[in-house]
Amino acid sequence: MNALKRLSGFIWIILGLVAIYLMFKQAGAEIAEARAGIRPLLDTQMFWYVIIPIFTPIMLGLCLFGWFAWKGEYDVIARDSEHLT
Amino acid sequence: MTNTATPQQEATPKGLMKVITASSVGTLIEWYDFYIYGAMAVIIAKQFFPQDNPTAAFLAALATFAAGFVVRPFGALVFGRLGDIIGRKYTFLLTLLLMGGSTFAIGLVPGYASIGIWAPISILGLRFIQGLALGGEYGGAATYVAEHAPKGRRGYFTAYIQTTATLGFFLSLGVILLTRKALGVEAFSEWGWRVPFIVSVFLIAISVYIRLKMAESPLFSKIKKEGKVSKNPLKESFAHKSNLKMVLLALFAAVMGQGVVWYTGQFYAQTFIERTLSVEFEQVRYLLCFAILLATPFFLVFGAWSDKIGRKTIMLGGMLLAITTYFPIYKAMYSIADPATKTEVAERSGTHTAIAVTATGDTTRTTTTVRSFTDGSTFKVVKKEVLLADSSKPAPKAETTKTFWLSSSGFWTIMFLVFIQILYVTMVYGPIAAFLVELFPTRIRYTSMSLPYHIGNGIFGGLTPFIATRLFDASKTEANPVGDPYIGLWYPILIAGVCFILGLFYLPNKNDEDVSD
Repeated sequence: MNALKRLSGFIWIILGLVAIYLMFKQAGAEIAEARAGIRPLLDTQMFWYVIIPIFTPIMLGLCLFGWFAWKGEYDVIARDSEHLT
Repeated sequence: MTNTATPQQEATPKGLMKVITASSVGTLIEWYDFYIYGAMAVIIAKQFFPQDNPTAAFLAALATFAAGFVVRPFGALVFGRLGDIIGRKYTFLLTLLLMGGSTFAIGLVPGYASIGIWAPISILGLRFIQGLALGGEYGGAATYVAEHAPKGRRGYFTAYIQTTATLGFFLSLGVILLTRKALGVEAFSEWGWRVPFIVSVFLIAISVYIRLKMAESPLFSKIKKEGKVSKNPLKESFAHKSNLKMVLLALFAAVMGQGVVWYTGQFYAQTFIERTLSVEFEQVRYLLCFAILLATPFFLVFGAWSDKIGRKTIMLGGMLLAITTYFPIYKAMYSIADPATKTEVAERSGTHTAIAVTATGDTTRTTTTVRSFTDGSTFKVVKKEVLLADSSKPAPKAETTKTFWLSSSGFWTIMFLVFIQILYVTMVYGPIAAFLVELFPTRIRYTSMSLPYHIGNGIFGGLTPFIATRLFDASKTEANPVGDPYIGLWYPILIAGVCFILGLFYLPNKNDEDVSD
């Protein structure tokens, strides 16, 4: 099980990076459409200006989670404060 | 007021019930304050945002709603730190006062028609304060109750705190319905919507009075006496790898999925029934009230059960059920309120047109089409067109309002389908306070558990109606002007799906009996 936990850590790193890439790609495409008059500009900008700054750090957090998993940090879950701080 | 309790004193059933009541009443009122805004998003949009485009106005209101959620993690940091340094009791007293004050103030802000752009700016500012206060409240209340609860029953006792979010929503719906009934629809839309906000000040006063009488958490008092209080909870929580990895585990393997299941069951369901199905305002609120009332006891059931079989099994079970059944549930709800699938009763259906000429010579043509169906449901479409006297000016866009009145059987079926969704909420949410409390040590518990809770619940969950509604609007094309009504479900399904897999792999199912470390 620990080997699976470690290996899948790689998937979470990739997932975080892919999510960031797709978010920026979609935002760029939609804002370009909005500037061309295909979509409402204000709505489109507002949506992405809210979503990107919020979700980018969270997805980086998912990458960090994957990194910890990859390094075996979740092989054993600490049960007392001595091991936590 | 400054008395401190020992664990032994608070372990008595009477003492414990006092602790639970004091914490729960305050938290319930905070949730009430927070939700009345969301429950009246459409009315608030008309009052505070430019109304040229109704979707823009609605999204603007939802963005404000989202703003309330996005700042919650910051509230978690600010008040979590305070709670770990000065104590739980005074911190969640402060959050209560901030929440009450900002809610009361929302009820007093003049509309866009009176003060222009200052109206939405004021609302946004007050909404931010609400979000900050809520970010500090929940962690304090959950920690406070958990630190009083006896071993082996922590899931059950903290589940009382878990009921408050749903009951706060129920209370907000109830107060809105009562005010609307008492004042009438027109007066409510014009000024009566302010009443539920203003009422909050009395509720907060009662709650502050109750909380002032409570003692500090026994575990916090103990570490304070021993001089073990953290000097820098933020650093200890997030700069130390050993604790940071637990924060990330809590967020991605538990709270993220819980958040989307929670907000889909209660809020996206409401948005879907009201906006996509156009079900009448009061019917929507009544069916939500019934569903919430019936499902709420299950928070305690699943909280208590998690003490026996483990938190993980129940939380992940709820996520799996949600992922696999959302599509059939929403399809069933759609078919109940879909006029295209119903048989019309010709003698009870018809179209009526009324024409009125204004003093300026403009003509308003209102066409009302009523379609009654054999199952007892009714669908009404009102189209309002303005023909300007000055034909050189462009005519304003026609306004169309759709309202669907469910039949009795349709009402109860949709109520049952919402009840099922809230049952999933009770599974994922009931045990989560105990789960988070057990993951972190006393000295930094408030800070460490508050941040993942509010990112998962506030951001992933709170943005669910916003993102799902946008996905639905984006699916409307010239070829398919109705759009795909189910596309919004992909967001909660994907997030809960990833969380389920992470939880399955990484979460331990064994409860931590000792939280005094």
